[in-house]
Amino acid sequence: MLEKALIGTKRYYLLLAVLGGIFALGFLFYLQQLKVGLGITGMGRDVSWGFYIAQFTYLVGVAASAVMVVLPYYLHNYKAFGRVTILGEFLAVAAVTMCVTFVLVDMGRPDRVFNVFKYPTPNSVMFWDIIVLNGYLLLNILIGWNVLECERHSVAPPKWIKFLSYVSIPWAVSIHTVTAFLYAGLPGRGYWLTAIMAPRFLSSAFAAGPSLLVLLCLLVRKYTKFDPGREQIQSLAKVVTYATLINVFFFFCEVFTVFYSQIPDHMLHFQYLFAGLQGKARLVPFMWFSIVGMTITAILLTNPKLRQNENTLAALCGMVIITTWIDKGLGLMTGGFVPNPMEKVTEYAPTVPEAFITLGVWALGFLVLTLLYKVAVSIKEEIRS
Amino acid sequence: MGEKYKNEFGVFAERPQVEKKYYNAKYIFTGLAVFLILLILPLAPNLGKTVPPPQRQLDTPVIQKMAEKDRQCIMPTDWMRANHMQMLVDWRDKVVRTNEKGAPNGRDFVSPDGKKYLASLTNTCMDCHSNKEKFCDQCHNYVAVAPNCWGCHLQEGKKLAEAK
Amino acid sequence: MGMDRREFIRIAGLSTLLGLGGKGAFELLRPGQVEAAMAAKPEAQGVVRWAMVVNMQKLDEATAKKCIEACHRVHNVPDFKKPKDAKDTLPPEVLNRYEVKWLWTEHFHNAFPGEDHPNMLEKVAHLPFLLLCNHCDNPPCVRVCPTKATFRREDGIVNMDMHRCIGCRFCMAGCPFGARSFNWRDPRPYVADTFPGYPTREIGVVEKCTFCAERLAQNMLPACVEASGGALVFGDLNDEKSRVRDTLKRYFTIRRKVHLGTNPQVYYIV
Ligand code: SF4
Ligand code: SF4
Ligand code: SF4
Repeated sequence: MLEKALIGTKRYYLLLAVLGGIFALGFLFYLQQLKVGLGITGMGRDVSWGFYIAQFTYLVGVAASAVMVVLPYYLHNYKAFGRVTILGEFLAVAAVTMCVTFVLVDMGRPDRVFNVFKYPTPNSVMFWDIIVLNGYLLLNILIGWNVLECERHSVAPPKWIKFLSYVSIPWAVSIHTVTAFLYAGLPGRGYWLTAIMAPRFLSSAFAAGPSLLVLLCLLVRKYTKFDPGREQIQSLAKVVTYATLINVFFFFCEVFTVFYSQIPDHMLHFQYLFAGLQGKARLVPFMWFSIVGMTITAILLTNPKLRQNENTLAALCGMVIITTWIDKGLGLMTGGFVPNPMEKVTEYAPTVPEAFITLGVWALGFLVLTLLYKVAVSIKEEIRS
Repeated sequence: MGEKYKNEFGVFAERPQVEKKYYNAKYIFTGLAVFLILLILPLAPNLGKTVPPPQRQLDTPVIQKMAEKDRQCIMPTDWMRANHMQMLVDWRDKVVRTNEKGAPNGRDFVSPDGKKYLASLTNTCMDCHSNKEKFCDQCHNYVAVAPNCWGCHLQEGKKLAEAK
Repeated sequence: MGMDRREFIRIAGLSTLLGLGGKGAFELLRPGQVEAAMAAKPEAQGVVRWAMVVNMQKLDEATAKKCIEACHRVHNVPDFKKPKDAKDTLPPEVLNRYEVKWLWTEHFHNAFPGEDHPNMLEKVAHLPFLLLCNHCDNPPCVRVCPTKATFRREDGIVNMDMHRCIGCRFCMAGCPFGARSFNWRDPRPYVADTFPGYPTREIGVVEKCTFCAERLAQNMLPACVEASGGALVFGDLNDEKSRVRDTLKRYFTIRRKVHLGTNPQVYYIV
């Protein structure tokens, strides 16, 4: 099957070359980071996690969202999704690859990464996160690959694959729950110290992931002979609609608790993000754009006409991706660290090398995604012809 | 009609009839060559270089001052030569993790002849072997290992009480 | 010693493959010998509980500065404002980000956020409160560390194993007191006079106050306590006759952010 990734059109090779080039550029900057230290990023003693961990968190969500196509197919026997499960699973593989790379890139001592296994520490959430993430990666590679292979030979997938598919459903929920627990269990970080963190993560994941999948389906249809199907895209659009609505709802639940209770430890972070604190307000426009944009998008998505028109649907999905990314990428990380434990404000902004390294990791992910989708789509085309 | 056989999907299929010849030889061998070159590339800079065999020197002031019969490392020389790295790692963990529950720890090392030493690279080893370049580095360079002890630890470490 | 070099390399290689640490290799090489050689300390374990009292009635700006200097000197804590070589001068905007501090001062409303009020004693509001790691009894930094690089000793000290730290900075997010610093770049060019009794650090690891574990091991008081002229009191909380216990009995003390349940062991007399 892998051979399908080697042969393609000029456009396909060009895409690979561009992604490979961006990745190589990011890698050069990473070499500099290895030599000089993480000081070349915008992080510091007050905001000690930045862009990298933010992307990691966001992408765990994208990975988890594969469950939104797997679940209806396997548990509710919703046959239509049979066509797109593979796209969901391969998207998950690419997303987890990026997650793992972002964690590595964020590490001060990547040379010692194996200490995590050498001295396993079950009381650390990070230990569990590494286990569930790698497990999820493995599951999706196994399931996706085998199902595709069976499809190619038009035989039913073996029993154990079916079993693994069932396992992968709660597993997907677990990766994002455990990732939320990384933050939600820390005393003294009021912005993160909320029981609704994991549900919020899941809702934003199930909004953003399927949105990305809708866009990818549209792209696949445009540029290949394989059509993921209108019904499938419309079903995904419904998932996006409900998840975005729930995500907005959760946000306002949070806002109510924080501001009605008036506990400063929790309020200050929101104040920094949405109004600025001690005269520093770098993120304010982003945050307002994010929450207002997300709310409007959610409302628009409830209108079936706008959903059924694939142009407006694509635009709305794009909005969901951008707004959830600001909320969970930019806002979550910086918001949690500002103000610092001494209630001082140090702002954060990524530096140029940091941005290039981030871009490089994304390019790597999309490279993996392109290769996997090429295989999947070629096989699907082959079956149809 | 070829004979039937069973593949991994439990389906009987026809065994494919393939002509016996080398397919894509051009690509395969070019690929292999590129792989081999990449594999040995890191060795290239050392090609044709001769590194002089290590010449360890033991005549540091502290050792000179010792009586002949006291000129003995904390463990027999052969053993030290073979095992010092593991011993240092072991010391490191025990000293740094002093008082950790459930872990073996402590700062003292008792040699087989009953002498007690402070388990410390800078304060014990480097006392006698104060000539890092002429002692440690000689072999390390020869076998091309670069221990990163010196990224943090100082060569001229002093016992705390004496340090100013 | 009947083991030749080849045998050693074989076993060492094997044990590395098996993912065993130095200890494991040692056990294969010479079973039981390490344990015998590294005699355990005779002192009773788990009896001592180190703690510190900061007496703000005795602490002025100058003394606080002396304490900080003493700590940072004997632990080779870098000062990024003062490179040894002019070519290593850093742009001012990174100084605050890179800062490494084990002991530092803050005003009351920063040290004890939420406990200040507009009509409080003017004098106290401007005192230089000395802050350091609280060596919490229930330390979140230890709870979150994925490698046990940060660990709690039986005598209550929360210590760092900088050989093991992977630089994930989870502990920095976990500590609610801002007591931890990361090495965002090589600190050596910024350690003015290297103190020979203590190592420096490499890039990529986290560090913090260790309650002077290395000095306690040699029956010396922490450097800041020594330099404080009596403003800092250090001792064993489990010893009724110790100075800390005595001080805690005679003065009313407060601690930072007790509501978070970390149970800090640095007490403040205001
Ligand atoms: S003060 Fe912070 S670093 Fe120190 S023990 Fe408590 S949580 Fe850990
Ligand atoms: S940065 Fe080091 S000490 Fe802190 S949690 Fe990670 S491994 Fe542990
Ligand atoms: S106890 Fe030691 S390490 Fe901690 S602040 Fe004082 S001098 Fe520094």
